[in-house]
Amino acid sequence: MNKTQQILFDEPGPRAQRRIRIATVLGAILVAGALVAAAYQFASHGELAAERWEPFTTWPIWRYLLNGLWATLRAAASTAVLSAALGLLLALGRLSTHRPLRWVAGAYVEVFRTVPTLLLIYVTLFALPQYGLNFPLFWKLVVPLVVSNSAAFAEIFRSGILALDRGQTEAGLAVGLRRGQVMALVVLPQALLQLAPSLVSQLVGLLKDTSLGFVVSYTELLYSGQVLASYTHLLIQTFLVVALIYLVVNASLSKFARVLQARNGRFGGRRGRRTAELPPPLLEGNTPR
Amino acid sequence: MEALTAHLSALGHGLVTTVELTVVATVGAMLLGIIVATLRIAPVPLLRAIGTTYVEVFQNLPLLALLVLFVFALPTIGITFPLFTSAVIVIAVYEGAYLAEAIRAGINTVGVGQAEAARAIGLTFGQSLRHVILPQGLRAVIQPIGNICIALLMNTSLAAAVGVVELTQAANNVNLVEAQPIAVFTGAGLAYMLLALIIGQVTGLLERRLAIVR
Repeated sequence: MNKTQQILFDEPGPRAQRRIRIATVLGAILVAGALVAAAYQFASHGELAAERWEPFTTWPIWRYLLNGLWATLRAAASTAVLSAALGLLLALGRLSTHRPLRWVAGAYVEVFRTVPTLLLIYVTLFALPQYGLNFPLFWKLVVPLVVSNSAAFAEIFRSGILALDRGQTEAGLAVGLRRGQVMALVVLPQALLQLAPSLVSQLVGLLKDTSLGFVVSYTELLYSGQVLASYTHLLIQTFLVVALIYLVVNASLSKFARVLQARNGRFGGRRGRRTAELPPPLLEGNTPR
Repeated sequence: MEALTAHLSALGHGLVTTVELTVVATVGAMLLGIIVATLRIAPVPLLRAIGTTYVEVFQNLPLLALLVLFVFALPTIGITFPLFTSAVIVIAVYEGAYLAEAIRAGINTVGVGQAEAARAIGLTFGQSLRHVILPQGLRAVIQPIGNICIALLMNTSLAAAVGVVELTQAANNVNLVEAQPIAVFTGAGLAYMLLALIIGQVTGLLERRLAIVR
């Protein structure tokens, strides 16, 4: 048992153990009650009938949903690559010694971190076509996602670079490297390694964002679910299965982020010595301001 | 500019709905967050497992998928709420998972000695949580909580996708009538930035007032 869990109680004695057993039983009854109530709701509306779930054991349905998942992953991968690259440029811009560059990058990040992605999607859907910018469907989803996620990536990169010991930069400059060289050869390789868990966490957020394809009617996983549900009229079954697929994919990614965190961002066995306090893994809303 | 002034009431209604969604969902998410964080540090293994499952599930599902499930699919098993209420419940439940993690991080910053001292003077689990741990733990994570509130504000826009006419949807509707996208969407964007700025200022103020300098 780790420190977190032990902070509020000691090793239980006989009375505490009895209380824990009682709480366990009560908790189990509550959970079981909730499950029974849910099952009753399903059954009383006929949604538990075998023929309403059977389609989800057939390959054509799964092929359709997996195609949706594939589209989700493609959109997520494109968004990840583009917004990580743009985010890195923005972070370097914000940390540059060149004032106008710092100002532009700072303004971009501050603006697009506080504007909802859906608003950006509406802009690409309804505003840009009026000015002759009519992207294909895939890019109508990916472009707004890149615009908002690059701001989030920029903050992650910036916090990682700032968290690195100043001595690293100073030593690099002292041995005669130029600023660009210090960044590319000394600071970034270390910062990126330490940021690996946060970057993977951001991937989870980004993958969740691709569900906005629902609004764009790009057939990623959620919209595929919608199409399937309106075709088969198996609403709750379809959306529960879709939710389960999201859960499996994202939970695996989150798990991967935690493994990286535990290994201090290193893939190999050798543990690195920390030089600065790490920012916590950046989940949604956790970006330092 | 005229496009904005001619539809001030529609946009104003949208803005008010966004603020209402944000405030009510924040309160709900805060309560859920504290409850789930408590579950995650409770002495009972089953309760800890429930807390962990809650966080894992709601941090890994897209909010839009939850909204769609709740608004379109739950009525088929006879569970219906008014649209606004549904949006509030789903957003509160979703952001509650993030707040629970932030609050747990705050609890982690409280020195072990504090909890030990609380137990030594005979406080129970609930008492030491209420009087000793939470007051200190929450103060340590005001900034992260503020950031989650800003994320929540931005996420309220997703309610538009299931039919709530909040700011984003109001802006879209006005644009469909006026066909002046630049003015309308910039106006909506500025309103969001202003709201985020207010939340940021309030958290900054709270941080200065309440944070414990160690």
